[in-house]
Amino acid sequence: MFDFLDSGQYDLLGAFWVTAKLALYSAIGSLIWGTALVSMRVSPVPLMRSFGTAYVNIVRNTPLTVVLVGCLLGLNQTLSITLGGERSEDIGFRLAVLGLVAYTGTFVCEALRSGINTVPAGQAEAARALGMSFTQVLTLVVLPQAFRAAVTPLANVLIALTKNTTVAAAIGAADAAFLMKEMIENEADALFAVFAVFAFGFIVLTLPTGLILGWAAKRLAVKR
Amino acid sequence: MSSVLYDTPGPRAKRRNLVYTIGFVAVLALVGWWVLAALNDKHQLDANKWSPFVTDSKVWTTYLLPGLVETLKAAALAILIALPLGAALGIGRLSDHRWVRVPVGAVVEFFRAIPVLLLMMFAAALYREFTTISSDFRPLYAVVTGLVLYNASVIAEVVRAGVLSLPRGQGDAAVALGMRKGQTMLYVLLPQAVTVMLPALVSQLVVIVKDTALGGALLGFEDLLSQNRQITANYGANTIATLVVIALIYIVLNGILTNLAGRVEKRLRQGKKSAAAAIPAQSAAPEIEAKTISGA
Repeated sequence: MFDFLDSGQYDLLGAFWVTAKLALYSAIGSLIWGTALVSMRVSPVPLMRSFGTAYVNIVRNTPLTVVLVGCLLGLNQTLSITLGGERSEDIGFRLAVLGLVAYTGTFVCEALRSGINTVPAGQAEAARALGMSFTQVLTLVVLPQAFRAAVTPLANVLIALTKNTTVAAAIGAADAAFLMKEMIENEADALFAVFAVFAFGFIVLTLPTGLILGWAAKRLAVKR
Repeated sequence: MSSVLYDTPGPRAKRRNLVYTIGFVAVLALVGWWVLAALNDKHQLDANKWSPFVTDSKVWTTYLLPGLVETLKAAALAILIALPLGAALGIGRLSDHRWVRVPVGAVVEFFRAIPVLLLMMFAAALYREFTTISSDFRPLYAVVTGLVLYNASVIAEVVRAGVLSLPRGQGDAAVALGMRKGQTMLYVLLPQAVTVMLPALVSQLVVIVKDTALGGALLGFEDLLSQNRQITANYGANTIATLVVIALIYIVLNGILTNLAGRVEKRLRQGKKSAAAAIPAQSAAPEIEAKTISGA
């Protein structure tokens, strides 16, 4: 039943490795971009605030598929942006990371904002009373606590991101979903086995993330 | 909220904010100029690429509106099937019987862990191999199946969180009145939980609308997104203009839904002030909220 795995025709581990790399790079990128966005959304400069709010509202309401297809058709095929990739899989991979960061950053921003909301007002007031500037209040007092409070929502964002990497198949990154599409076409008689293999792969990728970060959320939570 | 982080700006802070504003505008303008120059270079800003959307009603009647109808049809079908199924799974997971609770829990966790796209691709292949559904309808069936399986399990979790967020006393009181388990759930717990769940359920609609686009990109579902191929083929390679218009339709549609969810939540919160804090929605909300953010 699972003999298609032994045929050596499909690079299953390679495909999941691409998925894992997509998730990892996008996670790092969207953490940075999301932090920047949330700093803008709470900053005292009105223009930055409105930019942050507008960006989050617009991008969050756009389907990820549209973002990624836009990256391929718009950025790559129309404007010939390759992000330094040479083979089409490389280009697809890099564009996918770009699109995933642009999209997931908004969810990271919202998770962090809910984390900032848990920091008692007295903390920020005390920090200001000590003469700290806005940047100091944010980076030394508020954000560290916000990150610890936001571990659970951030874990959910990371899990969603891992599953969202499958959309990259739409722009030709050689990830797990891309391979599954190919295998479904070639191995139609082993359909259930193919699905089981990929379902198992994603459970292996997402379940430990949830468990580890759930444990970390309990450890890191600021006791109040 | 944000005003907690900084004081009302004094003269110095105002000046500093002005400097930041100017700097930020400069960066934005630079990026904007670079984008526009790149677009102009490839003739994507030419009037004839954008004018069809304003002047030619055929773009709308032949492509965009039928695509939007397909998108809405898939989303509506998915929510209509997923809501009762999700409610049933959620209640099943709260069952007193181990043999109901455990399998239902396994099913819910399984479908929540798997990307919607894989479910859709699997469903499409399943329908192709084992059913006689004509190939015209197969993509719609596949998209709806994938959406239902995933969203029913998410809704199940929302229902469970909603019921668990109710004060224990509500269930105990129902038991004290001699209600059976089914009655307790149906007449006491669920009606209260629904108000707690409502914002989360409405925002789940956004997730469903967004996920229909997967079928358009990968399964040959003729939804709103897939119309970009037709339009760019017929109106002179206006890829960027088409994608911008399509994205705008999604943004407006989902913006309305997000707004609705926010309004419902606000009303519930206001209602709570007068009707005493019977339901601790505040503590339950983040739980539920966190579960609905997932996209595909």
